[in-house]
Amino acid sequence: MLADIARAVRRSVVRTIDAARAGHIGGDLSVTDILTTLFFSVLDVDAAAPLKPERDRFILSKGHCAAALYSVLALRGFIPEEELATFMQPLSRLNGHPNRRKIPGVEANTGPLGHGLPIGVGSAVASKLSGTGWRTFVVLGDGELQEGSNWEAAMAAGHRKLDNLCAIVDRNRLQQGARTEDTNALDPLADKWTSFGWETIELDGHDHAALHAAFTAPSAGKPRAIIANTLKGKGVSFIEDRVEWHHKVPSAEQVVIALEELSA
Amino acid sequence: MNAPAASLATAPAKAESFDCRQAFADELMTIAKADPRIVAVCNDSVGSSNLNAFQKAFPDRLINVGIAEQNMVGVAAGLANGGFVPFVCCASPFLTGRALEQIKADVAYNNYHVVLCGMSPGMSYGELGPTHHSIEDLSWLRAITDLSIVVPADPNQTRAAVRWAVDSGLPSFLRIGRFKVPSVSTEGDAFAYGRVDRIRDGSDVTLVATGVMVSRALAAAELLGARGISARVLNVSTIKPLDEAEIIAAARETRGIVTAEEAMVEGGLGAAVSQVVVRHAPVLMRLLGVRGFAPTGDTGFLLDHFGLNAEGIAAAALEIAG
Repeated sequence: MLADIARAVRRSVVRTIDAARAGHIGGDLSVTDILTTLFFSVLDVDAAAPLKPERDRFILSKGHCAAALYSVLALRGFIPEEELATFMQPLSRLNGHPNRRKIPGVEANTGPLGHGLPIGVGSAVASKLSGTGWRTFVVLGDGELQEGSNWEAAMAAGHRKLDNLCAIVDRNRLQQGARTEDTNALDPLADKWTSFGWETIELDGHDHAALHAAFTAPSAGKPRAIIANTLKGKGVSFIEDRVEWHHKVPSAEQVVIALEELSA
Repeated sequence: MNAPAASLATAPAKAESFDCRQAFADELMTIAKADPRIVAVCNDSVGSSNLNAFQKAFPDRLINVGIAEQNMVGVAAGLANGGFVPFVCCASPFLTGRALEQIKADVAYNNYHVVLCGMSPGMSYGELGPTHHSIEDLSWLRAITDLSIVVPADPNQTRAAVRWAVDSGLPSFLRIGRFKVPSVSTEGDAFAYGRVDRIRDGSDVTLVATGVMVSRALAAAELLGARGISARVLNVSTIKPLDEAEIIAAARETRGIVTAEEAMVEGGLGAAVSQVVVRHAPVLMRLLGVRGFAPTGDTGFLLDHFGLNAEGIAAAALEIAG
């Protein structure tokens, strides 16, 4: 079932970017299974009451992958599916980066990188202080981890043993201009999180069962980092693992091929 | 204002002066006792923000993230998301400089109810040098949409501004002075958000001041009075949004305006007032503030160096109305 939903999300991403003639297709397709698993089998969120105080918090720190988030929010009932056709059009509320003031289900206006995890730390502290018990999930890009603010937040979360906080790294190994390891290497990435006091789980970021198990595993008494190994452009053969598809827009012919591949 | 004007030429004033930072801490404690939403967020700045008593009373509600200002502001936004009202207490140069993008994106653009408290602003850190002077903060923050900027001039205003910040529900920046200042407001009606207070009337020239410069503007008005010049004094405790009506009245009813702020002239109070004046009633203006990186010297020396004292303000006024 999650596989069917993920396929629908990917098709929605391609159609949304095709309509807008803009977007970040590579990262949208790499993060799709993470978002699908969270929104359709883990998060306690309610489209009918998007601001209920005890809801789980989800923050997409890699806010440029808004088309994937909007597609998931549409399929989950937070926004109308037909509105996706307005993505990045003048005066649409579906900006290139998400805006909580306009879109239900969005907790933070991300876009500049390195902002989501600090906000997630604050949300996790708030959950503990209030005794409410919601969980906080933050999805980060891997290239984004070159921003120092992430490590300020990681240090604070480790120090405070925020076991209600889960960071998911979409480890597709590509950033805008080149491979992460050729730009400013992140490996050994799991060791970095572990040394900051986090429980670290490394898995296939397209494996819904593995993702679900990692999201729902019992507390280890510390924050959890999930390094989700993914393929940028997952599901579309000519986009997969190619740096030039960070925010390239497929041609009309390529859209047809992509949608065919994503129907299989 | 019984102190002779000459004694105010060199800051910090010694007699008949009061501590805004202590007033801030006392008021925050008082409110926090009754309102469990209040939390303090700081960057190893418990002592310098006078938060020792808060920490003792509410150890769980003081979140010290260490020396990490970007994370500090993001954490505050997350706390606001979770229903708390965070007071971020941090030396103003590092709060506004290091975390400027977080202030813009995480607080203002998100519209989270976070109270950013710029401690020890302006030239407070005197001889520690330009890295520690918070003189760009007003310029930087004025450009950020939906962020209110409040600069109390004395302890009464500080206490009232803290109460307003809790009740307002708005993202805001409070600039809390470090050195002691004379009282310039009355307890009962010390501060109204968005209101410029005409604290001395006059018809020849208007002195527009904010924060610690307000008492100095009053002293300048005394000096001008001795020379037969009637100076109006406006206390701008809300720089954004600015009370345009009171500025327009000053431009229309007096011959010109002098602004005085413990901040760079590029973009702060003087620039804000100028924007109103040129649109509605152009008059001569003189903008007093900091220009360039300061030389070595303590706070009093530096304020004198930039003409931010009674004599300097009066001299600028004489250029317009002399």
